[in-house]
Amino acid sequence: MRAHERISDAIAKGRDTHGIALVAYVTAGFPTMDAFPGILADACAHADVVEVGIPFSNPIADGGTLQATSRVALEHGATMPAIMDELRGMHGSLDAPLLLMGYLNPLLAYGLDRLATDAESAGVNGVIVPDLPPESLEVARPIIDARLATIGMVSPVTHEDRLQSIVERASGFVYAVASVGVTGQHRNDQADITAYLQRVREASPIPVCAGFGIREKAHVDALRGACDGVIVGSALMEAVGEGRSVGDLLRLLR
Amino acid sequence: MTTTSTDLLQALIEGALPDSNGFFGPFGGRFVPETLVPALERFEAGAREALADPMFHTELRQHQEGWVGRPTPLAFAPRLSAAWNAQVWLKREDLAHTGAHKINNALGQALIARRIGAERVVAETGAGQHGVATAAACARVGLPCIVYMGSKDVERQAPNVVRMRRMGAEVRPVTTGDATLRAAVDEAIRHWVGYPEGTHYILGSAVGPHPFPWIVREFQKVIGVESRRQMLEKAHRLPDVAVACVGGGSNAVGFYHGFLADASVELHGAEAGGVGAHVGQHAATMSGGTPGVLHGSRSMLLQDEHGQVSDTQSVSAGLDYPAIGPEHALLAHVGRVAYHAVRDDEAITALDELSRLEGILPAVEPSHALALAKHLVRDRPGATVLVNVCGRGDKDMPILTRLADEHAQSEGSA
Repeated sequence: MRAHERISDAIAKGRDTHGIALVAYVTAGFPTMDAFPGILADACAHADVVEVGIPFSNPIADGGTLQATSRVALEHGATMPAIMDELRGMHGSLDAPLLLMGYLNPLLAYGLDRLATDAESAGVNGVIVPDLPPESLEVARPIIDARLATIGMVSPVTHEDRLQSIVERASGFVYAVASVGVTGQHRNDQADITAYLQRVREASPIPVCAGFGIREKAHVDALRGACDGVIVGSALMEAVGEGRSVGDLLRLLR
Repeated sequence: MTTTSTDLLQALIEGALPDSNGFFGPFGGRFVPETLVPALERFEAGAREALADPMFHTELRQHQEGWVGRPTPLAFAPRLSAAWNAQVWLKREDLAHTGAHKINNALGQALIARRIGAERVVAETGAGQHGVATAAACARVGLPCIVYMGSKDVERQAPNVVRMRRMGAEVRPVTTGDATLRAAVDEAIRHWVGYPEGTHYILGSAVGPHPFPWIVREFQKVIGVESRRQMLEKAHRLPDVAVACVGGGSNAVGFYHGFLADASVELHGAEAGGVGAHVGQHAATMSGGTPGVLHGSRSMLLQDEHGQVSDTQSVSAGLDYPAIGPEHALLAHVGRVAYHAVRDDEAITALDELSRLEGILPAVEPSHALALAKHLVRDRPGATVLVNVCGRGDKDMPILTRLADEHAQSEGSA
């Protein structure tokens, strides 16, 4: 099975089993490098796919929570090589397939050829790069050629022809930003979201997951049937910051 | 495909760059979250339509003449010339309304923002000059304005904060990140990601995602076009050397554009050398940087081996930025412009020299260009040098007062 199919299959399986798949995001290196493997394993035990966040010094699409986790992780030395080493050590022991989520610059510094080569041994099945729109996706050619998932991101302000070109180039799943805004914000009304997700789903041949601002079970339940999966990030990282268990929160959201 | 340096420079001179994807050769582009792409496309379409409309240019010219005070003078500096043993000419952008070249771009973008139906404007500012210019331009065209400013800069440039608020702008201090220009850009972009529909972001430098580096250059080109014409009128010749300061590089890119095709004119850029050459001690992107992606474009960037953006330091809030506009990265790449690091102390010495010899108190930013110009003509007696004095120094009173106090203290303890 190709890496990107491991992701789309895991989403489909989660949806078929639970009504909606659960994608968890955890910042690598937060709250410490030592605590991270335990948190990642816990997330993998309760989610269908897990995004490993690569911290960046200038996270322009992130709200306060992920800015803070990113800063702390960088202070703890969560560089790409250190994160890949950590993931290599855990390879085979995790219950869910992994994606890397990070801004373009740290990935470029690591080298996309190098990432394409190293992905398999680290259990990495693809990437989500918020500052890489479809016009510039060619930059990620080594990732695409390695059959890794390149998650496409769409937003409520994405118009029809762009939507088409994004879903056509995406693999793994399509990440539908459910509200306009930085991560952690939640403010669109439900009717708008349902109609928007319907539009994305009709266009997309691969699963659609909704993210940004999903914090409680009511948010997840409201999206059942409207999309294939939900992505939970800021709420999970707030839980970690407060010393609460990621597994408990994910169980609650199921 | 144009790949050689000569071809790329020729394409730039002919107006073929940036290309349709916003690239200046290997630099530039549009690396932003999807939420911003429709807003950038709308702005680009509006800007292209405006720049092709003679009525827009008529309106812009009226504001430039009656409100900005264009053309700004270009004048010979007699006492500085004698001191440097050179022919020194100054382009007086410090005499533009609100005290710096920033008004050229703020006015142009505010007019486009109104044209495309924006309900509010958001901007970032470092030295406060772009914030003041944007506040003024928004007052002029009747748009609400929010300015993000690093809390360190709010302190360093306090008078400008008062000016912005007096003109009706809301100033939001940014305490995240490094609390300077970089953090202010982060925060302004985040605001825009939150409200992409009704907001226009007036980016103040020739950085950021396409179409900003292009549109900012188009509105700053007036500096270079005027300078070239005025040199021929007044000096009856072009300069041997033309110098500007470069942070993100908006004054410089506009200034250079007047002379790109004149092979006899050497072009130089002065970057913020801060207090030393080590990481974190300066903001000299060309001297210490490598290619990378920040704030939506690929350019030269001060970063560590893992792609994390480095901290910067400079006496000048306006140059205190870890990246540089993509067109500058190209100009360096093709060898048309030479960029040099100028230390804080060298800039302050140059600031004093211009103040005392010519009665012109420049901002600390163009003081870097003055220091570089002096250095460049040292071995060339009689050379004709043109310096773009892109802003006046009134905003720098807090930092100049602090430096004077520190100097007095060290004298006292010695």
